[in-house]
Amino acid sequence: MRKWLVQPEFAVERDENRCVQCQACVRQCANDVHAFDSVSNCVISDGSKCVGCHRCATLCPTNAIQIKQVELDFRPNASWTPATIRNLYKQAEGGGVVLAGMGNDKPYRIYWDHLLLNASQVTNPSIDPLREPMELRTFLGAKPDHVHFEKTDGKTHLKTTSKTKLGPQLELQIPVMFSAMSYGSISLNASIALARAAGLAGTFANTGEGGLHKSIFPNADNMIVQVASGRFGVDAAYLNRAAAVEIKIGQGAKPGIGGHLPGNKVDREVSQTRMIPEGSDAISPAPHHDIYSIEDLRQLVFAIKEATRYEKPVSVKIAAVHNIAAIASGCVHAGADIVAIDGFRGGTGAAPLITRDNVGIPIELALASVDTRLREEGIRNRASLVCAGGIRSSGDVIKAIALGADAVYIGTAACVAMGCHLCQKCYTGKCNWGIATQDPTLTRRLNPEVAVQRLTNLLRGWAAEIKEILGGLGVNAIESLRGNREHLRAVGLHENELRILGVKHAGEGA
Amino acid sequence: MHHYHLRDEKDMSGCAISAVMSEEGNRFSGEEIILSITNMHDRSNGLGGGFAAYGIYPDRADKYAIHIMFDTNAAVTAVEQYLSETCDVAHQETIPTRPIDAIRNVPIVRRFFVDISKHMRERYYNETEDDIMVRITMNINRSIEGAFVMSSGKNMGVFKGVGYPEDIGRFFRLEEYEAHTWLSHGRFPTNTSGWWGGAHPFGLLDWAVVHNGEISSYGINRRYLENFGYLCTLHTDTEVIAYLADLLMRKHALPLERACQVLAPPFWSAIGRIEDPEEAETARVLRMVYAGALLNGPFSIVIAHSGGMIGLSDRTKLRPMVAARKDDKLYISSEEAAIREVCASPDTLWHVAGGQPVIGTLKEACHA
Amino acid sequence: MKQIVAREEYCIGCRLCEINCIVHRSQSKNIITAFRHEREGLTPSVVVESSGQHNFAVQCRHCADAPCVEACITGAMTRDPETGAVICDTKRCVSCWSCIMVCPAGAVMRGASGKPASKCDQCAGESEPCCVAGCPNAALKWEEVND
Repeated sequence: MRKWLVQPEFAVERDENRCVQCQACVRQCANDVHAFDSVSNCVISDGSKCVGCHRCATLCPTNAIQIKQVELDFRPNASWTPATIRNLYKQAEGGGVVLAGMGNDKPYRIYWDHLLLNASQVTNPSIDPLREPMELRTFLGAKPDHVHFEKTDGKTHLKTTSKTKLGPQLELQIPVMFSAMSYGSISLNASIALARAAGLAGTFANTGEGGLHKSIFPNADNMIVQVASGRFGVDAAYLNRAAAVEIKIGQGAKPGIGGHLPGNKVDREVSQTRMIPEGSDAISPAPHHDIYSIEDLRQLVFAIKEATRYEKPVSVKIAAVHNIAAIASGCVHAGADIVAIDGFRGGTGAAPLITRDNVGIPIELALASVDTRLREEGIRNRASLVCAGGIRSSGDVIKAIALGADAVYIGTAACVAMGCHLCQKCYTGKCNWGIATQDPTLTRRLNPEVAVQRLTNLLRGWAAEIKEILGGLGVNAIESLRGNREHLRAVGLHENELRILGVKHAGEGA
Repeated sequence: MHHYHLRDEKDMSGCAISAVMSEEGNRFSGEEIILSITNMHDRSNGLGGGFAAYGIYPDRADKYAIHIMFDTNAAVTAVEQYLSETCDVAHQETIPTRPIDAIRNVPIVRRFFVDISKHMRERYYNETEDDIMVRITMNINRSIEGAFVMSSGKNMGVFKGVGYPEDIGRFFRLEEYEAHTWLSHGRFPTNTSGWWGGAHPFGLLDWAVVHNGEISSYGINRRYLENFGYLCTLHTDTEVIAYLADLLMRKHALPLERACQVLAPPFWSAIGRIEDPEEAETARVLRMVYAGALLNGPFSIVIAHSGGMIGLSDRTKLRPMVAARKDDKLYISSEEAAIREVCASPDTLWHVAGGQPVIGTLKEACHA
Repeated sequence: MKQIVAREEYCIGCRLCEINCIVHRSQSKNIITAFRHEREGLTPSVVVESSGQHNFAVQCRHCADAPCVEACITGAMTRDPETGAVICDTKRCVSCWSCIMVCPAGAVMRGASGKPASKCDQCAGESEPCCVAGCPNAALKWEEVND
């Protein structure tokens, strides 16, 4: 057997007292970690192939399997960490770009965990959401700065002019949407589950750059369709079928980088959905080759608005990079009805590790500076803000809204709800949970009925939690929290961070 | 010494409010409103009291009457200089007061009757005179240390300070004034020491607001107003309400009922039950467009202007409000007793429902 | 009547249904004891057939016109009038295997060590059959089926 320098990251510990040799683990592992040895008449496991996805441990009927992280101890070196050394070995072995799935996992500061929420005491009654109305309904789209009333026949009527016209809106029952994940990067079952769950929960899912598969047509009213640099699956019918259209400029996990779906994943269904030949590589260029400037973006925004008769909001999704506030402002001036900002913790099916771990800025800072900038320019009403990339809990949702987001996108959290264990091997196509794969033996592991139930459960739970927090804050409508940074306090942040976030330090009064 | 523009603490308070107006425009002495607010002594804690009076300067009704409090003579000089550059000052005087034992650390209080100068009108040629007066007011509050504008409307004025409202009323000799609309407020601040500028009513142009409650949506209301150029320098909920009133009713020209609907909108579930499709659409549009103007949290407020006054409480009615009518008079108060103190047997008296405005309108004839 | 419905498109071939069936049919009802000490005497009445990506849990369909009931020479195989399930009275079974020969689904099996015929009884007495309860992908469903 050939040895190489990269040592195993995981060990499989099997409790022989509990193992009943049923071989469920053998049948579940797509990485061939477990095998039944007919000589010794028992299951033998090889941890060197293990990615730590926990599929075997989860399905084991006697809980006989433990997956342990193992690492040979190198001589301690703060600069040359085991992960750094391991990547060098990998690269020396293959000579390519080291790939990774999911989002940045490096210990950069997570600002959500440095922000605390307020609650009412004495001077202001808290509200019990179980007994009183608590409104989460949110509308995404351009709003005019004011409305105009005219008095006719003794009654005032709303009079719509071009200046006071309300643009097309997405109505959300909970300010949480499912992030762009393409059919191709995830399985059809996962795509179907996200679309149906969005419909049941009164929110929206995003096709990513994968086109809209015909089996999702019934849920098209809850879909945001993406127009990305490869223009896969885009035609007039695609744009008009959806609730909204999103132009993807960038993605938090890999700003400035295009995409590549290898030809072997482009089967008949993917081919038809993306409108590309079967078996051909689906390459998304790094930029849109018709957008080299902000005025080019404006042309595409309005081309899409023309194609959809100004009936659908147009979103522009950008990765959180250094000059994000000015870029977001440019997008609004270019006619975007929604600006989605994706932070550097946002996930992906595949990205160069070097990009994933080193490019972009934290979403919290990006969101705060964008909201502030749009308000300073007096154009905050002209577009809704969606915050994406690293939203892990309803607490993060609430904090994002308080910083200024209208709604959030969740991708990783939704995948986890469907079973993802964050093994970060999405790019291998061997997702044991049936999510990031097109292998028919694996995709069937994600029964959409089960996944829909789990996703709607998650959103229902988050809605209840958000209502609890709102009630505690003494507000009964989500818009009273939106951009209301008075309800946030920071712990352990420096003055620069406080200034950018627009948040006071804990201990400072109202 | 207060540096008003440097204050960064939002001010929370419990309170008493009372208001009386004659819809016929009959003017009456401040004695009545002082009696009414005195009845609710226990709702205040002596850290703030104040009044607004409309129709008190009939002889100078066409001039902006700017009520200003000063910490120092230097501030007086600075404001005089600034006003002379921006306005034509027709008259200025010290606001008459009488010594009251409980009223201490008294600032200099003066009033100026002015027109906007020609060169200001030319410089801001696309703004109304009211817009320019807002600029002037905000500039004084922001840039002149030790000066604070209490009110800047025509034929009206705000009188306020640290103390119980009944003492403040006597201090300013309000029983000697005659107004068609009177607002009063007794303050119970919970987390700041009282200061004269922080007392209610809060005034901008001819808007005056008295407020009982805490606006939980303050943070976003303030930022929403910044979108439209309003700088909230005082960090009080009440300032925000006054600016919202100005934005909605003056700048955006929303009908009064619609402005109230923006501040305390119906729940989505209630909007869903509106049968008239046009009305339902209007309610939806107002909530979407003016989401940042929704006042959340407990409040009852009275907003007054030259044409009348509006009583409004939050949509779940978390703070008290009672209204009554007798002949041409409309009363709005935190407590029924404060109304009965000055009007023993009203024609009608009712507890105001959450989000349902009580509107008093001055007869057109009296407007001019 | 209520039936166990197997859905090929979601069956992942993990065979936990077989394992749960064995445990249910054991004396101990404990998976480790059942496999260590009772395994010889236990036959699962569901068997997952696999071919490539396709898997299917085969078990008694409780046919409306059940050939096994017709073929039974002792009257051991009967239909429960209340539940509609086809059940085998092991005391009366003489192990002639007529039922196995006529079963169109291959769902009746010889009991372990040549004992009476073994087949699914829908876990009579449980709120839902244990194979359904334990299926990790809801590929087995317990639902009302029209004939």
